[in-house]
Amino acid sequence: MKSAVNSKSRRKSRSSTPGDLVLRSLSFFYVFLLIVLPLIAISSRAFSGGLEGLWRNIVSPQALYSLKLTFIVALVMVVVNVVTGTATAWVLVRYDFPLKNLMNALIDLPFAIPTVVTGIMLVALYGPNGLIGGLFGRHGIEIMYAKPGIVLALLYVSFPFVVRTVQPVMIELDKDMEEAARTLGARPLVIFRRVVLPSLTPAILTGAALSFSRAIGEFGSIAIVSGNIPYKTQVASVYIYGELESYNPQGALGMSMVLLICSFLILILLNRLQVWNRRHEHAD
Amino acid sequence: MQTEILLKTRGARSMGRMLLTACVIGWFLLLILFPVFGVVKEAFQGGIGAFVSNLKEASAVRSFLLTFWITLGTVVLNTVFGTILAVTLAKQRFRGKLIMEGLVDLPFAVSPVVAGFMFILLFGPNGWIGSWFEAGGIKIVYAFPGMLLATLFVTFPFVAREIIPVLKEFGLQQEEAAYVLGASRWQTFWKVTLPSIKWGLVYGITLTTARSIGEFGAVLVVSGSIINRTQTATLFIHQEFTDFNYSGAFSAAVVLALISFGILVFMQKVYGGKRRS
Repeated sequence: MKSAVNSKSRRKSRSSTPGDLVLRSLSFFYVFLLIVLPLIAISSRAFSGGLEGLWRNIVSPQALYSLKLTFIVALVMVVVNVVTGTATAWVLVRYDFPLKNLMNALIDLPFAIPTVVTGIMLVALYGPNGLIGGLFGRHGIEIMYAKPGIVLALLYVSFPFVVRTVQPVMIELDKDMEEAARTLGARPLVIFRRVVLPSLTPAILTGAALSFSRAIGEFGSIAIVSGNIPYKTQVASVYIYGELESYNPQGALGMSMVLLICSFLILILLNRLQVWNRRHEHAD
Repeated sequence: MQTEILLKTRGARSMGRMLLTACVIGWFLLLILFPVFGVVKEAFQGGIGAFVSNLKEASAVRSFLLTFWITLGTVVLNTVFGTILAVTLAKQRFRGKLIMEGLVDLPFAVSPVVAGFMFILLFGPNGWIGSWFEAGGIKIVYAFPGMLLATLFVTFPFVAREIIPVLKEFGLQQEEAAYVLGASRWQTFWKVTLPSIKWGLVYGITLTTARSIGEFGAVLVVSGSIINRTQTATLFIHQEFTDFNYSGAFSAAVVLALISFGILVFMQKVYGGKRRS
């Protein structure tokens, strides 16, 4: 009996059974149809007109402006999100206050809410007729249909990323080192910067990369809050949609390829960060 | 003297704590929660009657129905294929596996508009696959199948990503034990593998549902947003908004927000179950 077990498992690890092959073929088919083929289709179309034509589409003034705006609003959002996200995780992990559990549960709300609904909600509150937006409007400050609105929408949709990547690492943190630093007379901010922050860095960077990736592709909420004004509030994804709407797929191709390449690069970066994270854990 | 300093720093520390907590809660309210209240207030501005009559409009009802069918199709297909994919990636070794794992994650990083565009190029009337179906009189893009494909793409990783870690941790031993004891592969899957991945699977399905209901960009691009025909709930909201029919947009948005809130509550429950097991 025992040898039967051994030979069976050995056989299994050596060659694939017909069942394995069926599963593998189905997996290949699904990945090929839904991911690989669409990627090939768009790349071959993009390069069919030659590199020159593609390049001309990317460096057209309107495209360049929207690309620049996309990166700027994404970076501003990431900076704010890293600070507020880390602070939120810190407060949730270390302090106690009324309704903490409810707040912790609601952190994921932006992931559950459709992005169009996010846009609508922000307009309802921060728009010219909204409660807060009206207040700002009277002082001549526009939030919606302007750049601050785009940043606000991005902050909303990517709020959970930093909190949710930093929180678990913070829970696992060893408090002994902080205690040691404190008895040696270090001030709280120094302790945070020199003792806590280094252990959190990989997680914070992962959250930042996820937020950034989400931000450069985000469409639904921005389509609502930005007003889509070329040379003012038009971001890359909305630019692509505009080109498609005006039956100019050629114009959409260049920008799509730029965004796709960014997605690839961010995936590779996230993969590296994961490896770093794991090494960090083992070092502790 | 010494204790005085100690007390002072402790007092300063608790002040700092309170300040930080207040800032975090304030930011959370301002950014995340107040907009929810804002839209609810706007939706009910004309009273409950106006709210209900906005939702009873034929195009609104149709759009919610279409969202339901697309979500159902997406959940069924991505659950079946996502499980197959996860079992393959977790239990088998083959060439190109690393590339495949990377590809599974790709839809999370791709902009929904770009995703929709890719599907137009492939399944559109002039696309490689689309032209083929077009010859047989079947429309994919600007119709239900295209919208389903786009939603399948954007929700592709959820199920597989949730159950791959569980399957890897679970290992082969219990399955082999069942197999050796005479269970068929099918029996092994139903009685041994499935119970172990249950919570991960439910969590993955919940995420898939939430994203399918909420997907906008990809579906907008492939559907053409034809009123009453290819308009989902999110597209309906967008249409109402761009037509300056704000009360209609706010009403439908409140319904979708309510649904997502229900999904969130369910997710928390499932997450609790997942952590316990």
